[in-house]
Amino acid sequence: MNVKAINPHHAAREGTQPADLLPKKTLSDMLYYMKQVRELEFRIERKLYRQGKIVGGVYVGRGQEAIAVGACLQLREDDVVCPSHRDMGAFLIRGMSLRTILGQYMARKTGATRGRDGNMHMGDLKLNLIPFVSMLGDNVPVATGVGLSFKMRGQDRVALCFFGDGATSRGDWHEGINMAAVFKVPVVFICNNNQYAYSTPLERQMAVENVADRAVAYGLPGEIVDGNDILAVWDATNRAIERARAGDGPSLIECKTFRMTGHSAHDDAGYVPPELFEFWEEKDPIRRFERFLTQRGIASAADIEEIQKRINREIDEAIQIAEKDPFPEPEDCLRDVYYEGE
Amino acid sequence: MALTTYVEAIRQGIWEEMEKDERVFVLGEDVGIYGGAFKVTAGMLEKFGEWRIIDTPISESAIVGAAIGAALMGMRPIAEMQFADFISCAFDQITNFAAKCRYRWGAGVPIVIRGPSGGGVHGGPFHSQNPEMHYVHTPGLKVVCPATAYDAKGLIKAAIRDPDPVIYFEHKFLYRRVKEELPSEDFVVPIGKAAVRRQGSDISVITYGAMLYLALDAAKELEKEGIDLEVVDLRSLLPFDKETVLESVKKTNKVILLHEDTRIGGFAGELAAIIADEAFEYLDGPVRRITAPDTPVPYSPPLEDFFLPKVSDIVRVARELYAY
Repeated sequence: MNVKAINPHHAAREGTQPADLLPKKTLSDMLYYMKQVRELEFRIERKLYRQGKIVGGVYVGRGQEAIAVGACLQLREDDVVCPSHRDMGAFLIRGMSLRTILGQYMARKTGATRGRDGNMHMGDLKLNLIPFVSMLGDNVPVATGVGLSFKMRGQDRVALCFFGDGATSRGDWHEGINMAAVFKVPVVFICNNNQYAYSTPLERQMAVENVADRAVAYGLPGEIVDGNDILAVWDATNRAIERARAGDGPSLIECKTFRMTGHSAHDDAGYVPPELFEFWEEKDPIRRFERFLTQRGIASAADIEEIQKRINREIDEAIQIAEKDPFPEPEDCLRDVYYEGE
Repeated sequence: MALTTYVEAIRQGIWEEMEKDERVFVLGEDVGIYGGAFKVTAGMLEKFGEWRIIDTPISESAIVGAAIGAALMGMRPIAEMQFADFISCAFDQITNFAAKCRYRWGAGVPIVIRGPSGGGVHGGPFHSQNPEMHYVHTPGLKVVCPATAYDAKGLIKAAIRDPDPVIYFEHKFLYRRVKEELPSEDFVVPIGKAAVRRQGSDISVITYGAMLYLALDAAKELEKEGIDLEVVDLRSLLPFDKETVLESVKKTNKVILLHEDTRIGGFAGELAAIIADEAFEYLDGPVRRITAPDTPVPYSPPLEDFFLPKVSDIVRVARELYAY
């Protein structure tokens, strides 16, 4: 694979940048959440994991922060998100607390699944967050059903469904996308195309050039955006959400990005040519957005520094609390397999 | 009063629940205009409209996945598998998504997945299977196998109202062959409760589904020679009514475990283990199994007849056990 083949710009839609239209609060939220995700995952992967405090695997979305953040920031409270495993921004934006997330990674009773499940397998119906399962792409039919329920009841709600490029090889993905298109459900399907599924590069995953090309086969619009440009992600998602709300059905958005780590914390990604990391490092979504904000005079270097300090402080505090949170009681293993009453 | 067939009982149960609760809807292949391959949903499209009786693409996994998504949003979906054999296509959604939501993150998935199972109609390897044990082996699911029209109606209603995912296997051989008078008032059959269909003193036959009728026929035949069978219809496999099974075994001291499903890993094996664990002292003979052999369900009548358990098998094994 050569660098040119994965350059997002030769395929990305050169759309109008909506940044001038976005309120300053939105722009500052974009920066805050991207930086919060980066810092939180840095602590989890590079600190807590290496200190032996994390139970099980760690999968981060370094370099992909713009996708979940750019897409989820524009949702209404009653909209639904079905994230995948590199979409930490979705959890934070929907309001899951740092303590709950850290508790999840440390297998505590206070984690999102009270120790029943690990890492990114987090969900909460009160936050309209449906957790994914390790069988990637399974959340696509589920999101279709979420959208179907909105349509059946005439509710003005949408669902965002996230997955990676690898998940698009699974049958569930194709069944779910097809059914969504047939029923014209209000769902926006968002692909984090980070070029690798574990160690398998894209060209071993599919013979078409773009995930978005697959949309044609199912009769829904497929759009390619530069996934490292949060404004482009926002813009494409915004249009897809409007389309869904208008009753015109689902869309597929392919966000071209790159996985700046191994598959998981134990994977050194030795199979990825170093020049790819170098190429994509230049496109880092956070630094790029910071440049945009400073060049436009929307934020100063000092403002950005201040945000980073605030994030560090919040995460420091949450880690201190989470580390003291209890593990579940062993007998809790037997509970909640079935309904046990309110 | 008119007699209601097993298939009509299922239809009535769904119909009544849909009238009562607007969250209930059906999705599946050919359930709408065609009324379902076996007419379980006949007339429902006209009554409830295309957003409550939803014809889907041939996508069992997406049918179940979409049912899960809708259930998480507060709906009460009934997903039809055109044949229970096709449920294997949705195995992952059922066992990994639906079954584990409550345990993982406290979210109930009140879906019903129903479809015709079982042989005896020369349907061959892909229209005759009894796939219940794949799901009985999955904590988080409930599995029911009604044998009578009363139970068919009472269990579909219980399944629809249940807060957890229920797999409802209806036996296609029974659809139009069994019928009975049903009460006009609303009723449910609780999931997890067996029914003693025939009181007896010599040998317990524990069974479910279409095999119930073989056990009852065998009992009639054995009655002539003074062998008194007790017949227990499990009705639900997960959870199952352990108390009724053990009570019966403790009374008769001899037991035949009968099912149409194949042998290895069949429900009889589980029952045998529980009886050995908890009623060993009461046994006056070996625990005997009568099941289909460990082969696919064959198509040609002589092959399928060989495959399916028969009344004569029960009579023979009962005589052997009686002689103990």
